[in-house]
Amino acid sequence: MGTGRLYAAVAAGGFRRYATYRVATAAGVFTNTVFGFILAYTYIALWAEKPHLGGYDQAQALTYVWVGQAMFAVMVLGSNGFEAELMERIRTGDIAVDLYRPADLQAWWLAADTGRALFHLLGRGVAPMVCGALFFELALPTDPLTWIACLVAIALGTVVSFAIRYIVALWAFWLLDGAGAMQLTWLTGVFFSGMLLPLNVFPGALGEIARLLPWSALLQAPADVLVGEADPLGTFAFQATWAVVLLAAGRLVQSAATRRVVVQGG
Amino acid sequence: MGLNSTGTTGSTGSTGDISNTGYSGYSDGMDRHFIELDRVEKVFDVRKKTGFLRRERREVRAVDSISFTVARGEMVGYIGPNGAGKSTTIKMLTGILTPSGGRLRVAGIDPSRERTRLAHRIGVVFGQRTTLWWDLPLIDSYRLMHRMYRIPDARYRENLDRCVELLELADLLDVPVRQLSLGQRMRGDIAAALLHDPEVLYLDEPTIGLDVISKAKVREFLRDLNAERGTTVLLTTHDLQDIEQVCRRVMVIDHGRLVYDGPLAGLHEVGDSERTLVVDLERELPPIEAAPARVVKVEGPRQWLAFPASESAAPLVARIAAEYPLVDLSVREPDIEAVIATMYAEQAQYAKQTEFAKQTEFAKQTEYAEQAEYAEQADPARRPGEAEETVP
Ligand SMILES: Nc1ncnc2c1ncn2[C@@H]1O[C@H](COP(=O)(O)OP(=O)(O)OP(=O)(O)O)[C@@H](O)[C@H]1O
Ligand SMILES: [Mg+2]
Repeated sequence: MGTGRLYAAVAAGGFRRYATYRVATAAGVFTNTVFGFILAYTYIALWAEKPHLGGYDQAQALTYVWVGQAMFAVMVLGSNGFEAELMERIRTGDIAVDLYRPADLQAWWLAADTGRALFHLLGRGVAPMVCGALFFELALPTDPLTWIACLVAIALGTVVSFAIRYIVALWAFWLLDGAGAMQLTWLTGVFFSGMLLPLNVFPGALGEIARLLPWSALLQAPADVLVGEADPLGTFAFQATWAVVLLAAGRLVQSAATRRVVVQGG
Repeated sequence: MGLNSTGTTGSTGSTGDISNTGYSGYSDGMDRHFIELDRVEKVFDVRKKTGFLRRERREVRAVDSISFTVARGEMVGYIGPNGAGKSTTIKMLTGILTPSGGRLRVAGIDPSRERTRLAHRIGVVFGQRTTLWWDLPLIDSYRLMHRMYRIPDARYRENLDRCVELLELADLLDVPVRQLSLGQRMRGDIAAALLHDPEVLYLDEPTIGLDVISKAKVREFLRDLNAERGTTVLLTTHDLQDIEQVCRRVMVIDHGRLVYDGPLAGLHEVGDSERTLVVDLERELPPIEAAPARVVKVEGPRQWLAFPASESAAPLVARIAAEYPLVDLSVREPDIEAVIATMYAEQAQYAKQTEFAKQTEFAKQTEYAEQAEYAEQADPARRPGEAEETVP
């Protein structure tokens, strides 16, 4: 129970940390909304040309756009999340401070990132979604259960998002300069999460593979649950499997990193 | 604050005695060997790019066969020039670095094996880093410590109040850490390291960048902490006043080797230090001749003579007074900084020699033999320090 309270406190701290930057939050909401409009009009043009592309009707496609904008910060699809900070701590040796504490590194950062995600959901997710619903005709569910299922899918998605970025961040123990690795994950993430185009629009084998990769748990999964295109329980199982696999892989990397590799700096 | 404020410092039940008797009264082996290093080594593998796709591997012996013990309740200064291996030693003592060789125990625990278990019993302050939560008010970091170390509520409150009072943090608790000055942040960090009643506190350059008043505050706080709670303190610093005012014992490390272990005053004897006799003569005269003293400076009628600190000044003064027209004189004690500077310089030279020995691929034995020889040749006063180095 004591451990639970610690990580709850860490999560609360993660939430409040981001809450202190109000201007950045407002700027983020603004950007996401503008991008939402641009993408929405692009999708309207696209779906006018090819109705039922990827199995979505236009309202579903537009919903997908605004869910994407709402998830942009929550799933850390664009900017840097904690991984930039963790890499910097490894590079400068500040990680030393985290390592001598009686807390688990991965659990600590997961808690902090969960707090952050919760803040981003409220602070940067709700506003674009509401804005999209006001200006466009979206395919939003009326059944509260579907909304709850979507929230569960979002929660699972944030864990998968964290687990991917945690592994990437730990490479800094070997590479020291993790900027390259981070950019690569970022690009991969933007493409394979379906941020640009829904994954069910991807043709053939590429689509098959993209839908199986962990990134599809971040945006495609919650969006499909919301617009009623996916079975919630199957989606949860898919997301949870990736979450467990990636968290376990992260643990392996972590134990290798902290055992073998050196803490930098005097 | 009395006996009952020593808190969780062990199950002996006699922890309160520490402040009165120091560590000498303990027969319990664990307490006398609270921190124990036996020929501990740390070798870093450094890869250097020497050309396109070509890399050279080099070994850096950051800590080279160091042995010492620290008893419970001691306050020990750990000094040495830049790159000597101080921070590396501290990191091994916290468990975040694994030694490449040798045996290391803190409170009977192997730090790198059982880092989390040890974490509850140690406090760490790295002067150059912070454990505090950068974007959040100071108090939030303390609340986190409360949960992380599972400090009982009453205990947490008491410790926090005490630290807030003694380190003057009351006005800072609601300030985000990023807005604190260096000195304020350092005091905040020291408090954060002590809320869980650690038995030992490691401080790596805790006074770096602090002004005179902040330094004095920190030193006084550490002395009180040791006196009232019997906390063992190991601190590294480049400010010898930290040592003079806080530690009874000092260890000097250079090139990863322990070169002195004993009281600060003892460094004078080891360091071949010299005292200075300043004499004012009636008029300008050629440099005075009075072996073993030698003139190091002449300024008009005033002359400076250096002589070994171990010699008595009286016969020297008598001789000069008899032979020269003496008006006034004074004796200056050697400056401890100067003593240490000489010591570092000597060690640097010695290290060069051993480096040469290594390169010419002498067997390890030869090297150790040489080292022993070197110790023989050196001032015999070095021996006590050397003897303390080896753990029984
Ligand atoms: N991560 C590392 N990789 C390679 N070499 C290292 C590493 N950390 C320390 N060293 C080397 O080990 C030696 C000891 O370093 P250490 O930081 O312990 O010195 P220090 O006594 O704390 O010095 P300072 O007074 O400058 O803080 C140095 O030669 C340093 O270059
Ligand atoms: Mg150092």
